[in-house]
Amino acid sequence: MAEADITSQLLQYSANGLAKGSTYALMAVGYTLVYGVLQLINFAHAEVYMLGSHFAYYQARWAGYLPEDSAGKPESVPIGLALGFVAVAMIACSLVGMLIERIAYRPLRNAGRLAPLITAIGVSLLLQYGGQAVFGTEPKLFPTFMETEVYELGPIKFPNTNVLIVLTTVVLMTALTLFVTKTRPGAAMRACSHDMKTARLMGINVNATISLTFGIGSAMAAVAGVLVAMDQPAITPLMGVQIGLKAFVAAVVGGIGSIPGAALGGLILGVSESVVGGLWETSYAEAVAFVFLIVVLLFKPSGLLGKATREKV
Amino acid sequence: MTEAMLELVDLNVYYGAIHALRGVSLRVNPGEVVTLIGANGAGKTTTLAAACGLLKSRTGDVRYAGASIAGVPTHQLVARGLVMAPEGRGIFPALTVEENLRLGAYSRRDKPAIEKDLQRGFDIFPRLAERKRQKGGTLSGGEQQMLAIARALMARPKLLLLDEPSLGLAPLIVQTIFETIDTISKEGVTILLVEQNANIALKHSHRAYVIESGSIEFAGTSAELRSDPRVKAAYLGE
Amino acid sequence: MARTIAIFLAALAGCYGLNWFLAEFIEVVYVDYLNLIGIAIILAVSLNVVNGLTGQFSLGHAGFMAVGAFVASPISIWLTYGEFESGPLAHASLLHFGLALLACGVGAALVGVVVGAPALRLKGDYLAIATLGFGEITRIMLQSQDILGGPTGLKRIPKMPQLPGTAGWDGGTSTFWIFLVVAVLVILTVRLQRSTFGRALIAIRENELAAETMGIRSSRMKVMAFVYGAFFAGIAGALFAHYQHSVRPDDFTAVRSIGVVVMLVLGGLGSVTGAITGAVFVTLLPIMLRPVEESLASSGTPITGLSMIVYALLLIAFMIFRPQGIFGQRELSLKLLRSWVPSAVRGKGGKP
Repeated sequence: MAEADITSQLLQYSANGLAKGSTYALMAVGYTLVYGVLQLINFAHAEVYMLGSHFAYYQARWAGYLPEDSAGKPESVPIGLALGFVAVAMIACSLVGMLIERIAYRPLRNAGRLAPLITAIGVSLLLQYGGQAVFGTEPKLFPTFMETEVYELGPIKFPNTNVLIVLTTVVLMTALTLFVTKTRPGAAMRACSHDMKTARLMGINVNATISLTFGIGSAMAAVAGVLVAMDQPAITPLMGVQIGLKAFVAAVVGGIGSIPGAALGGLILGVSESVVGGLWETSYAEAVAFVFLIVVLLFKPSGLLGKATREKV
Repeated sequence: MTEAMLELVDLNVYYGAIHALRGVSLRVNPGEVVTLIGANGAGKTTTLAAACGLLKSRTGDVRYAGASIAGVPTHQLVARGLVMAPEGRGIFPALTVEENLRLGAYSRRDKPAIEKDLQRGFDIFPRLAERKRQKGGTLSGGEQQMLAIARALMARPKLLLLDEPSLGLAPLIVQTIFETIDTISKEGVTILLVEQNANIALKHSHRAYVIESGSIEFAGTSAELRSDPRVKAAYLGE
Repeated sequence: MARTIAIFLAALAGCYGLNWFLAEFIEVVYVDYLNLIGIAIILAVSLNVVNGLTGQFSLGHAGFMAVGAFVASPISIWLTYGEFESGPLAHASLLHFGLALLACGVGAALVGVVVGAPALRLKGDYLAIATLGFGEITRIMLQSQDILGGPTGLKRIPKMPQLPGTAGWDGGTSTFWIFLVVAVLVILTVRLQRSTFGRALIAIRENELAAETMGIRSSRMKVMAFVYGAFFAGIAGALFAHYQHSVRPDDFTAVRSIGVVVMLVLGGLGSVTGAITGAVFVTLLPIMLRPVEESLASSGTPITGLSMIVYALLLIAFMIFRPQGIFGQRELSLKLLRSWVPSAVRGKGGKP
């Protein structure tokens, strides 16, 4: 009996972890795309995610679904309107992402790799503290988009929010994969990630392609921000710090530059965090990502699905 | 005088404090094959890079098909028919031969014609057809050079810039490559090629320039240069 | 060698004088700033040996600080009080403090070997995130060690020992020790840079393959540089804990590791004077901006975190306009200063 109990717990935690892992995957894609093209750890990506949830929040607030003081209880937003909010947040975040690249990274395209890394840290700090100045430091209650329901499959329970998170991620990741492999701009992105100078000789507008990469990654981050905010309904200007680091780790574990790698890395991390935290010790869950990171780096530095390393250093 | 396909007018290019090109001027007429020969570090590749917009010149002008193209980004020039084939290592090693070739046609949207050109590329270089699913990085040096040229042709160039097509290749393969260059030229593509191997380059071109330490030292028809004693001594090993 | 000893003795006397001066004339809050600057200098100069001199991108300095702090603090508490109960703060004795520092340096160095030997096979950003991961694992693991106080960490860490004849100068004691370590570290590092070992490290930075063909055993050298950095980061952690009298695992987040790298890049990677300048600048800037923030708040338009916002903006602007850092790879020297005079835009901003 006890054994069956453990099994069902394990399954339950794994199921919960899928949702968490999906949000990591959505975030990891942004890191992996940018790193693939520029070899830059875009620290500011985590703050774009933070902005995504805040953009959605303020739309709901201006539309009258949220009380003016942050303590009151939010109302439920109709799903159609909610989708509209998310779309606007995606567009806004894309613009922010492209703007960051234009202002903070492009001027340093030929300045080696450390300088843009430091400006990335600068932008990240700027958005964190700027966010606190503009949005306030108080956690804000995020509106609900639907009544909570719980589906059951045998012993395992699936809250509908989790199902939504996983499904959204699957759809977006599939769309992104198709975009990158089947379309012209996608081909340009791949070419740039292999060799920017040669890509230019192919007639590819490298600057536009890099902007596009930032735009797409940022839109994904916006969705991740909204999904996480739905699930754990308080948002703050510092909410990106933890998930950002872990999502980047997920990208490395899966193989930097690889979209399926980002998905796999995100899911592995999400599930194992959930299982370790549930069955063992909550605080250890936080370390799982980094243990994975180190093990993977030592045995397969190119990541689980990464291609043989192209050493550019 | 007819309008030049490409004209470099008094180009000065700097890498930081290094004065890499010192007032380079040269001209390529439509239908010509022109060679730029010179030793390692003389400024050959820099000249090509400045011609196709990869490098900006501090002073001087680049004119292509009757218009100034100074400051025009490379990717727009490709769409206008000015295409550079980098020396052999400039392929995408992790992509297959076919993917490399298709990227060459990136600036075009006429799908059926692209398929035809792909086929034609395989006709010119049967070796590439045999290896079309292979990763570019697994090809031999000669095959990579063929790929770089075939890929440049996919853009339907009016003017093709070739960077050191013979670099590091066995003599027999060099021969094949230059025969292909003749073929491409006969099909109406104007060619500016940069070479260290002056012997073969002068045999396969109409006119030539000699660059030394960033400035053009001699110019003339290839036949003239081949019989010039100074060129003979310095570049033809005679 | 004699010259080095003379310099060291001068530094010792200087720190002694500083101790007296601070205790007699300077307000506590400014002494605090000085202590923070000193600890930042230790971190920056020691990390510079790894990141600047050897060209290996480590982002794990906070992890070694944490190791140092959590090795030294319990030893020092136990030796001084004989128990972990709460009670009034006391000074550690010279012997006990020395033992604690030695233990923490050695502990951090050992961890440095264990982490560095495998991790330094990685290059560039991969090494950076692996070391970042090490730091985070260390922090998280410390949080769940009840014997070390769990997430709330350790309190009642003894004060640093007073020297003979300094009984009345309590205010400057921490500063004395911190700057004594700064002096030792700077002297050692400058000597190291000019030694065969230092040149081997530079060779590895410039071209590892070429260095190996010259007979430099690069993997060993890299680990040694890493251990050097870890040792002093551990000491910095111990000093930090003793000076605050308490320490939590969350004092050593990835943000702190990143902060040290920022100091290096701002100052100019590979230059000791650059590292020092960067450390001073990064520590002082938010502090100096705080009064502006407060005056805005009192005038009715509060901007939360203004100092950090300005800091971030300056960081971005600085990198865009001077990506090589203040000093580049050069050291501050009269010649360098003279070369700056004509432009006259940049102030001296240097430190000895």
